[in-house]
Formats: sequence, structure tokens, C-alpha cells
Amino acid sequence: MTDGDGAAAGGAAFIELDGVEKVFDVRRKTGFLKRERREVRAVDGLSFTVARGEMVGYIGPNGAGKSTTIKMLTGILTPSGGRLRVAGIDPSRERTRLAHRIGVVFGQRTTLWWDLPLIDSYRLMHRMYRIPDARYRENLDRCVELLQLAELLEVPVRQLSLGQRMRGDIAAALLHDPDVLYLDEPTIGLDVVSKAKVRGFLRDVNAERGTTVLLTTHDLQDIEQLCSRVMVIDHGRLMYDGPLAGLHEVGESERTLVVDLERELPPVEAPAPARVVRVEGPRQWLAFPASASAAGLVAAIAARYPLVDLSVREPDIEAVIAKMYAERASA
Amino acid sequence: MTEAAGTAGPAGSAGAAGVDGPGRPGPRRGRVLEGLRAYGLIAAMWIRSTMAYRTSFVLMTVANFAMTVLDFVAILLMFSQVDALGGWSLAEVAFLYGVSGVSFGLADLAVGSMERLGRRVRDGTLDTLLVRPVPVLAQMAADRFALRRLGRVTQGVLVLVYALVLLDVDWTVAKVLLMPVMLLSGAGIFCAVFVAAAAFQFVAQDASEVANAFTYGGTTMLQYPPTVFAQDLVRGATFVVPLAFVNWLPAGYVLDRPFPLALPEWVAFTPPLVAVACCALAGLAWRAGLRSYRSTGS
Repeated sequence: MTDGDGAAAGGAAFIELDGVEKVFDVRRKTGFLKRERREVRAVDGLSFTVARGEMVGYIGPNGAGKSTTIKMLTGILTPSGGRLRVAGIDPSRERTRLAHRIGVVFGQRTTLWWDLPLIDSYRLMHRMYRIPDARYRENLDRCVELLQLAELLEVPVRQLSLGQRMRGDIAAALLHDPDVLYLDEPTIGLDVVSKAKVRGFLRDVNAERGTTVLLTTHDLQDIEQLCSRVMVIDHGRLMYDGPLAGLHEVGESERTLVVDLERELPPVEAPAPARVVRVEGPRQWLAFPASASAAGLVAAIAARYPLVDLSVREPDIEAVIAKMYAERASA
Repeated sequence: MTEAAGTAGPAGSAGAAGVDGPGRPGPRRGRVLEGLRAYGLIAAMWIRSTMAYRTSFVLMTVANFAMTVLDFVAILLMFSQVDALGGWSLAEVAFLYGVSGVSFGLADLAVGSMERLGRRVRDGTLDTLLVRPVPVLAQMAADRFALRRLGRVTQGVLVLVYALVLLDVDWTVAKVLLMPVMLLSGAGIFCAVFVAAAAFQFVAQDASEVANAFTYGGTTMLQYPPTVFAQDLVRGATFVVPLAFVNWLPAGYVLDRPFPLALPEWVAFTPPLVAVACCALAGLAWRAGLRSYRSTGS
């Protein structure tokens, strides 16, 4: 066997999946003693590669196979079939060796020590991962500075707010200099300010260290602001893999122009294909293709109607994705 | 396949070559040491966590101790009505009780939290242990490490001292040596039972009650002489789940009692072997359990 060799790690494909499958045997009670056995293909022939230093958003509805994929990439679960490599390592066979190369943040499960000051959790990481002292100090200092943790280091974790704890968790996952960072819902439940801090930090880590980041999220702003590439998964299959912008084309998405008129008026007559989708007092909403320019439309309306104010809303990706799923389902 | 419970030990040693798969020679001993080290690190964190609530810790320890004391009072009350139990005197029963209590107490202190495995599988927090570079068994064993469990060990020691004061043992070198060997082997056997019971919870997540039957139930059974139990139960406790090697057999030698099931006298010296065998089997069961978890998920 020549796999599992670290030599491959320097190659372009840092995370490599080739026809990866995960089949679960689900037993369901159908009667008093009767059980029905059913195969569930949580991940069904998934293939993709991620280059070193990429920042990829991994999205899909609940039960689509997102967390199963992450669990296979971290070595928690063994794939049922296919080939999978992270940094040249087969995660399921060399889980503990891989552990030194990856950082994992589970959004809803903190790995920090509840009753102890934050710094104690970091000291444990220091020793558990055998991080060289100088490296540890340097990484800790950087995290403390960028994530604004200085005031929090001596505070017991149970007294931290959700946003502070998430920042603490992210720092804990980065102290051992992982090559890959997996984030599962890193901004879930955070307020706007905390979200911005977390996103800013992730951008910095990615830019400075070249850390490869794979994040699952329900918050599409995470992806808009962080990821140049997005993968959409449903029913264990990859439905889209490409830049975020491309998702709009695939989903034939529309932008919305919101205009405030001087007074209540009947729906404005806009040049096709733009059309009014909603009227509420003096405010009207117009939908037009995402690929079209808003300028012409605005000019046409301003020429004929008493315009007070206007704004353009970018397409709602959530809606785009929902549309994609619907199309897939009916196909 | 020799791998399952997470391979390769520390990254440094594994980084030497790309060999993977079956038959990797060296790292087993390294992994045991790595596991013990991780155990120490995590246990220390739990001790410090409990010290965050010092009063609660003191109260819990006292309560723990008081409860186990009451447990022995029940036996004293019994002996206020009868002179012997299955032909064993109070002092002899106290000896059994003490040995069982100390052995079980040590095991409970060391790995007692493993019974929480089922819960961790159900709520998904086991996954957070699987992404760490140290053996999951060590992390799980050290989980919620609680010094207050020393209360049970203390009580066992006190009862054992009480028994030794009361008893008129015809001490020989072999008997003196057998004492610590018996206690440590007993702890080893109970540890194995804890680990095996936890491994079973990978398959049946709500089986912690079944596990309790063998751990807590086992120690309660061992507090009474084998002569009060049905032969089949004694046979099961000797050959199936070898709890008899914790105290019944070695204590029989120390106290010069006839052996149950007409076993030869030398079996009194086999507890260390039995303990090692049990731990090895429990380790295999753990591996199998973890492997099944990793292939099926929760």
C-alpha cells in the first residue's frame, strides 16, 4: 500500500473524495417485535477535491449528508465505499495521526471546559497535542488578539456569552496549527457583531496561514462573505459545485428593486421582464433577472414616476437553493 | 485489521513512514503510554473543575462515604440476629466485604464514568473525543473523573482493617503477598467489567442498567460468601464473568476456607492472570464496539 503517505499532502488536491459512499442500516419498529431493515444512503457516490488554502461552503438541507461527510473527513465515521484522503491521510485508518492536522469546531457542542477559566482549556490543548511551547504562545497570542479574548481568558467558560464561547472554541481548534479547519454552523445563534468578528477572523486565518476551511452553515451570509466556492449537497449527492455567483444562474434567480414613491399609486409599468410583485402603500417591489442591470430599470421608473427612494436587494440564495431542490425532485 | 480504536499514537512516531494497515509493529506500547498520559491530563482537569465548587465537593464526598458506611451497617444488623452467614462469621464476611469494596472502589474511581458512554453516543458528544489525537478509551475513562469516589475506597479499607483486627489469620509469607495482589487484581477485573459494559453500549445505547447489574450488582454479590448462593451462580461468577477471582477464591486461601466448586488451592494465586486476560478481552470488546460505532454512526 502506498496511500497514507504524507508525500501526497503537498499536492494540489488537499481534500480528495472519489466516489465516497456511506450506507446506514436503519432498523425501524413496524410492530411489537417486527423490525424493518432499510438501507439509507446518507452519502451516495460523492466526488470532489479541495485545494490547499481554499475556503469552501458546504450547504444543503438537514439530512442531506453534510455532517456525515464531515464525520468521514475527520475520521469519526468509516466510509462504506470509495476513496477519501485528507492531507494524504486516510482519515478512518489513521484517525489520531490526522487529528494533529485538522481542527474541528462543532457549532452547538463546545469542547471547552465549562467550569474552568478559558485559558485552562487552551493549556490542555497545548499538552494534549504536544504543541511546542513557542508555537503555542505565538498561536495563542494571535488568536487572543484577533478574536479579542484577552479579557476572557480568566473567566470560567460557563460565564461566557454564546458569541464569546464560539470565539473561544475557534481559537481552541487552531492552537495546534491545523492545515484544515472544519466548522459546523460556526455562527449559529450569534448576534450580528459576533458573527462579523468570527467571519473576519476566519478570513484572516485563511489569508495568513493558508488554512483550508470547510464550513457547513444555514447562514448564507457566511458563505457570501467568506467562500469563493460553494458546494450544495442533497440526498448524499453533489448538486452544485462552483462560485456563489454561478448558483444564481443555475437557479435563475431574481433581484428585487424596492422603490418608494411620493404617494400610493397603482403598480408601476416597468419595462419587461421586470414586474411588480408587491405593493404596500407608496412602496413597491419589482423583480428582475439577477443578470440584468438595475440602472436601466431605475432610469425608466424615475422618468415616469415621483421617486423618493430606492434600494436593490440581492437574490435570496436560500430561495435559489430551495428552487434547485424542487427542480431536482420533480426531474 | 489491527486498527480500530484509533491508530498510530503520537504523530511524531507515526510520521516516520507511510506504513498503515495491519501488522504495524511498534506503537502498541506507545499508545498505552499515550493513553495513560491523556488520562492524567483529563483527570487533572476534572479535579480542578470540581474544586470550582469546593463546598459541593466536600458535601458529596461526605455523603458518598456516609452512604457506603450505612451499607456495611446493614450487614452488622444482620449479624446481630445470626452468628454465621453460609457458615462464615462476621469477621470473615467483613473481610470479603472489604476486599470487594476496595477493589470495586479503585475501579470505579479509575474508569467508573464509562457507564456514561451510551449517553455520549446518543447526544453526539462522543464525536468530539474522536477528533482528538489521543485514544478514545482514555478520554472516556477519565471523563468526569471524581475524587469523591475515594469515599468508597476509604470505607472498604476501614472495613478491611476491622476484619483483620477481628480475624485470627494464620499469616504466612504467601498470604501477606496475596493481599495487595488480590486487591489490585480485583480492581483490574472490575475495570475490565466496566470497559466491557461500556463497549456493549456502543451497540445498545440504553444498556447502562445491564452494565450496572454486573458492576454494582457484582460488588454487592461479592460482599457475601459464595456458600449462600446457588451453585450455578457461583459457577457463572467463576467461569463466565470471573468475579470470584476478586475475593471469593483468594480470600478463601487467606482465611483457610474450603474452595467453592471444589477448585484446587492454586487458583487462589491466579487473579493477576485472570485480571490481565479480562482486561485484554475488554480491550478487544472496546475496539469492536468503537469500530461498529464508526461504521454505523449513532
